[in-house]
Amino acid sequence: MQSFKAASTNPEFYSHSSFYFRGDDSDRNQTRFTDLGELEQSATAFPHDDAVVLSPSSMFSLKANNVGGVPDSLQYGTLNVGGCLDIGSTITGTGGGGCVDTGQQQPYMYQQQKGTTSSGNGHFENWGDNSAMADNSQQTDTSTDVDTDDKNHLHGVQHGALMVVDSTEQAKERTTGDQKTLRRLAQNREAARKSRLRKKVYIFTFHRHAYVQQLENSRLRLSQLEQELQRARQQGIYIADGLPGDHGHSVAGNGALTFNLEYARWLEEHQRLIHDMRSAVNSHMGDNELRILVDSVMTHYDEIFRLKSIAAKIDVFHMLSGMWKTPAERCFMWLGGFRSSELLKILGNHLEPLTDQQLMGICNLQQSSQQAEDALSQGMEALQQSLVETLSSPIHCPTGSDNVADYMGQMAIAMGKLATLENFLHQADLLRQQTLQQLHRILTTRQAARALLVISDYFSRLRALSSLWQARPRD
Amino acid sequence: MHYQTESWGSYMPTRTTMGMGDPMERIERMASESAVVIFSISSCCMCHAIKRLFCGMGVNPTVYELDEDPRGKDLEKALTRLLGTSSAVPVVFIGGKLVGAMDRVMASHINGTLVPLLKEAGALWL
Repeated sequence: MQSFKAASTNPEFYSHSSFYFRGDDSDRNQTRFTDLGELEQSATAFPHDDAVVLSPSSMFSLKANNVGGVPDSLQYGTLNVGGCLDIGSTITGTGGGGCVDTGQQQPYMYQQQKGTTSSGNGHFENWGDNSAMADNSQQTDTSTDVDTDDKNHLHGVQHGALMVVDSTEQAKERTTGDQKTLRRLAQNREAARKSRLRKKVYIFTFHRHAYVQQLENSRLRLSQLEQELQRARQQGIYIADGLPGDHGHSVAGNGALTFNLEYARWLEEHQRLIHDMRSAVNSHMGDNELRILVDSVMTHYDEIFRLKSIAAKIDVFHMLSGMWKTPAERCFMWLGGFRSSELLKILGNHLEPLTDQQLMGICNLQQSSQQAEDALSQGMEALQQSLVETLSSPIHCPTGSDNVADYMGQMAIAMGKLATLENFLHQADLLRQQTLQQLHRILTTRQAARALLVISDYFSRLRALSSLWQARPRD
Repeated sequence: MHYQTESWGSYMPTRTTMGMGDPMERIERMASESAVVIFSISSCCMCHAIKRLFCGMGVNPTVYELDEDPRGKDLEKALTRLLGTSSAVPVVFIGGKLVGAMDRVMASHINGTLVPLLKEAGALWL
């Protein structure tokens, strides 16, 4: 009898022989494997220390720590998801280097080509059929269910050998009993595999959560550092660029830094308000109390618009750059913030049921916000075009001093045009604010609460996505 | 010369003893001649934006470019006084009544009052 341990070092042994499947239900097999395949795909996106490689093409690999334990049938359970996918395709026995133990009591049979099947062949259980039963009958510790007889059987299997059923009576009697045992073995294996899969999913989720937590902590620390920097600046320690007399830079720098800190603080408070409102909605709070919470969220939104307006007067480019947002938010922002029309798309069906009047109001709001956005966008394009024309116009005057005057004149015109940037940003913020207010007007208290939750969740997820993306492992 | 500037929702012109050269009178006259009147400056980008807004809604506004008017400077000054802001343009009149600058126009569009106003003035159908 070949030892289990030795076999484990040759993974190709496991590539086909040990799986039982019902040829008739191959389509069901495939469906299930697809589901597991999807799971596998998501799991591979996030590597972790104890990962078994989950890919359709990989051979089964036994983890070193699994080997050397009880060589029970469940070892086969560590076959990865991909292994299942292999079943259908790689039936042909390689046989590896092992020898078939012909002394085995239980012949193993499975359907290779149609030609080799015999009558006793049709009762192998589909993996999926017994999954529920297997789960119920096996607890997480499935290793104890296997008895030594099964162990023997598996040794035969691991050799990758095909054993053709002989058609004697004796063989048939044996097969009926064998089938029950085989079925039980299959169930055991299935349960073990599922349990291992569940464990992997859990680990994956756990690690992901830990990552996100880590990132959030880092952001908080960064915010704290920024605060310290701000304090240091105020005390007259200029850490930044330029000459001591370069107050312009530091003023703008202070404006940007100050706003970033204020925004971070605002966001924290916003999340707290949203959290309170969420618990209120979930606990079916009365409308009057809920309205107070909704109003507080709306007022808090007004606050950020106020802060943005002040900061824009100090440093309009910083406000347009969106550097105070996460990269993903920044990528998809418009004129220094979110698109009003996008907000309504985010809300989508979450507001239903709506009265006819409400529905019309929402549609009109969608249309008017879209039109306003388009108008402002076109205005911005005109501004850019106009700047291009100003800055690219050649200076015609031949004499040197007049050149300078022309240049200065050009710059003065350009400065005037830049000044309108602030107005555009202001209009964009007004548009955002008014869209929120109109939404608040159209919806009932409960609908408004739901809407605010949906909006907040969307941006929260976008921020999380940004963090995950930045922390993703690169090959 | 008296200019009566009450609220932005309604503009009630007062007749003055001056001639037709009075800028405010001119503005008032120009504003009443069409359903939608925009006072603009050709190089102003916010004016461009407001024009695009109305065109996007299917409205055909009458636009007066003050930098192309010989007495545009006077009109500009009068509008600045009317609005009480530092910039005279863009200014929108609908049905002869003053609506305001970009922020007022946009606000009224978002809160749903602009379209009925336009329909009332005959600038928009459907």
